[in-house]
Amino acid sequence: MIAVENLSKRYGDQRAVDDVSFTCEPGTVTGFLGPNGAGKSTTLRMICGLTPPTAGAATVCGVPYRRLGNPGRRVGVLLDASAQHAGRTGRETLALAAMTMGLDTARVPDRLAKVGLDATAARRRVRAYSLGMRQRLGLAYAMLGDPAVLILDEPANGLDPEGIYWMRGLLREFADRGGTVLLSSHLLREVEAVADRLVVIGGGRILTQGDKNALLGAAGTVVRPADPEDFDAVLQKLDVTGTRSSDGTILVPAEPEVIARAAAAAGVVLLELRPAGAGGLEEMFLRLTSTGGNR
Amino acid sequence: MTTTTTAPTTTQVPLTRLTGVELRKLADTRAGFWLLLIIGLATAATSAIILGWAEDEEMTFEGFFSFGLLPSAVLLPVLGILSVTSEWSQRTVLSTFTLVPTRGRVLTAKIVAGVLIAIAATAATALLSAVANVIGRPIGGDGSWHIDSSLVWQGLLLQVIFVLMGIGFGALLQNTPLAIVLYFALPMVWTVLGSMIKKLKSAAEWLDINVTTTPLSEADMTSGEYARLGVSVAVWVLLPLAAGAVRVLRREVS
Repeated sequence: MIAVENLSKRYGDQRAVDDVSFTCEPGTVTGFLGPNGAGKSTTLRMICGLTPPTAGAATVCGVPYRRLGNPGRRVGVLLDASAQHAGRTGRETLALAAMTMGLDTARVPDRLAKVGLDATAARRRVRAYSLGMRQRLGLAYAMLGDPAVLILDEPANGLDPEGIYWMRGLLREFADRGGTVLLSSHLLREVEAVADRLVVIGGGRILTQGDKNALLGAAGTVVRPADPEDFDAVLQKLDVTGTRSSDGTILVPAEPEVIARAAAAAGVVLLELRPAGAGGLEEMFLRLTSTGGNR
Repeated sequence: MTTTTTAPTTTQVPLTRLTGVELRKLADTRAGFWLLLIIGLATAATSAIILGWAEDEEMTFEGFFSFGLLPSAVLLPVLGILSVTSEWSQRTVLSTFTLVPTRGRVLTAKIVAGVLIAIAATAATALLSAVANVIGRPIGGDGSWHIDSSLVWQGLLLQVIFVLMGIGFGALLQNTPLAIVLYFALPMVWTVLGSMIKKLKSAAEWLDINVTTTPLSEADMTSGEYARLGVSVAVWVLLPLAAGAVRVLRREVS
């Protein structure tokens, strides 16, 4: 399992990741969603001990990543499929990883075949691989040590529709056998089909998280206040975070009636108030993407 | 596929295994493979040059060996540089450090691998020199097998010093072209400055690694020469290695 507690990362004045907490349980697939630049990759790198956090901590299998003795046997990581030596063959790349983990390199051809890289592809240098092939190699690399946890950053990038379908099956099967999967994406549709839980991040902060069905079912309410500044007080009272979009509406994760009563009590005028509906999460997500994650 | 059943051991990846991996990485890329091949061919060429053009009395094992060390002394450090810088330029640090989060162990393995490859290069040079010496005899060569044992150790030391200097420059600069250029240019600039500026002359005797390593190719170095070598090695090898190690340990991987 993965436990992330109050992780923060600051670069100068910029808060790349701001107080992010979530957990991933065995047997589940967690979709880590957010637009480009939302802090997904930075969070994943902090989990994997590659980037020191400014504050907070993360553990994998109950231990900080850096203290896992031979992490490849516990956690499979794919952070960037392009980050492989272009001059090595696919087979050599996996053979080095197997050697490092203390595994027999004899398993390599079989593992490559499992991700759809045949003997010809295995002999080619990574330089000649398409992005989709590199993703497949990266997945084989991550799963080489038979880990219990998978951490994947945008694994569907560059895969064709058939490849995405295949990968979903692979991850679903992995989780159904008791594995823990954390995968990031900037496309809701990509993870919707496979994830059990969703963690949505924007501008470095967690916007919402929870069971996928619950989130998709009750995505919130669209509100258009006469004065957005006044409405902040209502949000504070409700103890929720609103998502502002460029057209002046705010997506609020609460029932319309609750919002209406709170607004009435605070004397705030609302011009529009309607349920976001089933597409609310996607709508919220699209707004985030289009506004670059600004709140 | 086991997922929840077996919890594999949390013991560290042993350094011997890591060193094996690093040795393999030196040769499994196109750049590394060609570099090693060129070093081998150039070493063979040194013997060929002596056999073809040198005076008969120079065709001794010692002669072949001393000249034969030159190509690896010049080019092995480039392999050392590449072993560190390619990790950053090809961004393989991402996977290297996720498999082995204790970065110091990776760097240690690279250093041990560098020392081993220096030993192997010296041994291979000795072997090639022996072959050349055997060939030289029938064509009129001296063919003497005598070699001052100090030359063997000093030759080995020379190889190790330069490979480690390469790794140090690579770790410090983490950029292949920059590290290679500075590795060759900086000591040269220092040599030129040392010979041109009078005030630097005494300092250059201690700090110019091109000067202090020259006695390594002459039998029986004196303790004074070792002292000068030690000082220049501290500056050109140990300092970059230490600063490079700090940088490798601290740098954020992305």
